[in-house]
Amino acid sequence: MRNLRFREALREAMVEEMEKDDRVFLMGEEVGYYQGAYKVSEGMLEKFGAKRVIDTPIAEGGFAGVGIGAAMVGLRPIIEFMTWNFSAVAFDQILNNASKVRQMSGGQFNCPIVFRGPNGSARQVGSQHSTAMEHFYSTIPGLKVVAPAFPADAKGLMKAAIRDDNPVLVMESETLYSVKGDVPDDLDVIPLGQAQVARQGTDVTIVAYSRMTHIALDAAAALEKEGVSAEVVDLRSLRPLDEDTVVQSVRKTHRCVVVHEGWPYGGVGAEISDRVQRLAFDWLDAPILRVTTLDVGMPYNAKLEQMCLPQADRVVAAVKRVTSRGRA
Amino acid sequence: MLPSPMQENKPSPQATGEATAPGQRASSRADSIGPGSSAGREATPLTRPSGDVEHLAHLYRQMFLIRRVEEEAARGYAQGKIGGFLHLYIGQEAVGVGAIAALRDDDYVVTTYRDHGIAIAKGMSPNALMAELYGKKTGCSQGLGGSMHLFDREHNMLGGYGIVGGHIPLAAGVAFASKYRADGRVTLCFFGEGAVSIAGFHEGVSLAALWKLPIVFICENNEYSMGTPLSRSMSLEDVSMKALGYGMDRDRFFADDVLDVEKRIGEAVARARDHSLPTLVEIRTYRFRGHSMSDPAKYRTPAELEEHKKRDPLTKAREKLAEMGYGEPRIAQLEAEVEAETQAAVKFAEESPEPGPDVLEPTTYDGPFAA
Repeated sequence: MRNLRFREALREAMVEEMEKDDRVFLMGEEVGYYQGAYKVSEGMLEKFGAKRVIDTPIAEGGFAGVGIGAAMVGLRPIIEFMTWNFSAVAFDQILNNASKVRQMSGGQFNCPIVFRGPNGSARQVGSQHSTAMEHFYSTIPGLKVVAPAFPADAKGLMKAAIRDDNPVLVMESETLYSVKGDVPDDLDVIPLGQAQVARQGTDVTIVAYSRMTHIALDAAAALEKEGVSAEVVDLRSLRPLDEDTVVQSVRKTHRCVVVHEGWPYGGVGAEISDRVQRLAFDWLDAPILRVTTLDVGMPYNAKLEQMCLPQADRVVAAVKRVTSRGRA
Repeated sequence: MLPSPMQENKPSPQATGEATAPGQRASSRADSIGPGSSAGREATPLTRPSGDVEHLAHLYRQMFLIRRVEEEAARGYAQGKIGGFLHLYIGQEAVGVGAIAALRDDDYVVTTYRDHGIAIAKGMSPNALMAELYGKKTGCSQGLGGSMHLFDREHNMLGGYGIVGGHIPLAAGVAFASKYRADGRVTLCFFGEGAVSIAGFHEGVSLAALWKLPIVFICENNEYSMGTPLSRSMSLEDVSMKALGYGMDRDRFFADDVLDVEKRIGEAVARARDHSLPTLVEIRTYRFRGHSMSDPAKYRTPAELEEHKKRDPLTKAREKLAEMGYGEPRIAQLEAEVEAETQAAVKFAEESPEPGPDVLEPTTYDGPFAA
């Protein structure tokens, strides 16, 4: 067992898979000579050379497309977006080429590619660098989407993503890159589509992923002091979505709060609400609540930004609403 | 081996930028305008001698097959047996057939939604094509792709794509893979002149030039992007000049003569294969039908169309065959074979079963469905 930072765990996954399989390469802005905008790929250029750690011009649509074409003929690209916010200009490539080429070709061509990078907000990076992009991508059949919260999951899911024969989107977080966590020495892949119970509880299920799992755990710790036992389900994968783990937890706690970055209109939280009400309707003692980013563009002002993002106190308030209503 | 882009960061090549008269060979083709282009100017050995009458007969047969298959597709569309969009290649056959004749079988082709002719030229059977248009299980994409999305893995036909310009970076990626693996293959990427204003074109071409990828970008300039003439969609008349800004070799010519297309594209293919350098080739052509079956083409005059029909590449090839001593009985026999093949394809498509719902999930993901 080693204690690694999130970025180190991601790097280890990429390095191990690249050592094993020379079809795997890393491409993106500043991934090579600069050592990665967030140092995720630090040292990889020296290790693998410029053939396999490839700096690109600022052309997300272009190099996303290059990765897709290379994947169709048998390579296994890892395409880094400096932030998922910049993937908006590559959305056409991901939606219309990566996710559809297998279907359009009647199953003749696959697209075994990984798109990865930090997603959602950071700290005061403003409106255009703070969007939670996973909600758009998770709706698309043909894609898989993961959003790990801990270094071990980051490593195991990244390895699974690289080995998967479908396009997999790995949603990281700028504010998680320095977070440390235990990573087992013998960790191999963590299968896509498996949630985990990050904290056991009996009174309410808080569903979260990525950075919001940490917010949910903070909220659960605060709630414990007030005598409320919260179970935290960390989704890890958004597509495929492990509805069984969520539903099993809700059937036990009878209450559900979903926490994520991103706006309240639609999205992953709405999807979970739909599944829980369908699959655990008879077990629910309260409406399912969502704690999301407020329904506005992200403000630069630090206080307003923190107000817009989901915080532990908002999660606590939502839990209190569902628990008090359940008891009433 | 793919060299580091940083190590390749040479000063910009001198761009001569001379405009080229229509139908004239771009002056830049002989002058050096691209990095390494001097090395690529050696005589290009063609895979087949262009004077070979049997070879021309083969190319004419392909063009005639494309035309007959598309005429039958238009009929099927009018009868309601083919749905959605149907973009015909009629009039442009010499481009796809001539260009693909310059390839090896293991080379790759990527194209737009006007893909019937390209697919047949790359080796797709008329049966698989027609069945796909009919939405049948026996179609190349099991009836899931349709007219705009023709794929044939066996023949390295990597698809027709429906978002203008979106396939151009993808094609650069296919060429990137060839360079990464040093497999000696070349990629041809076809698109219309309507694609050269969108980001996908510029990013794909830019990366191919930067990384020196073995690819030939073929702009099929049929003068209209749907209903908008080139004069109202581009600040230049010469599309090939787009290559100058990327330091890329270029060529520009009319597509009347299928052998000429083969020869000229052969030079660009050799530049890609032997020197790993991309080329932008503008081939001027004309579609005799509307943009799609629903387009009556009112934006052009009947006189303009008739003028262009005088340059029909099929008529030209047929006349040349006769001049070369390929007698009328042999031409008639060849055409009769194509007719039989076309009718057989229609029959095959009509009699084939439709795909069932069982086809949907396995073609969405490789492995278990992910929801």
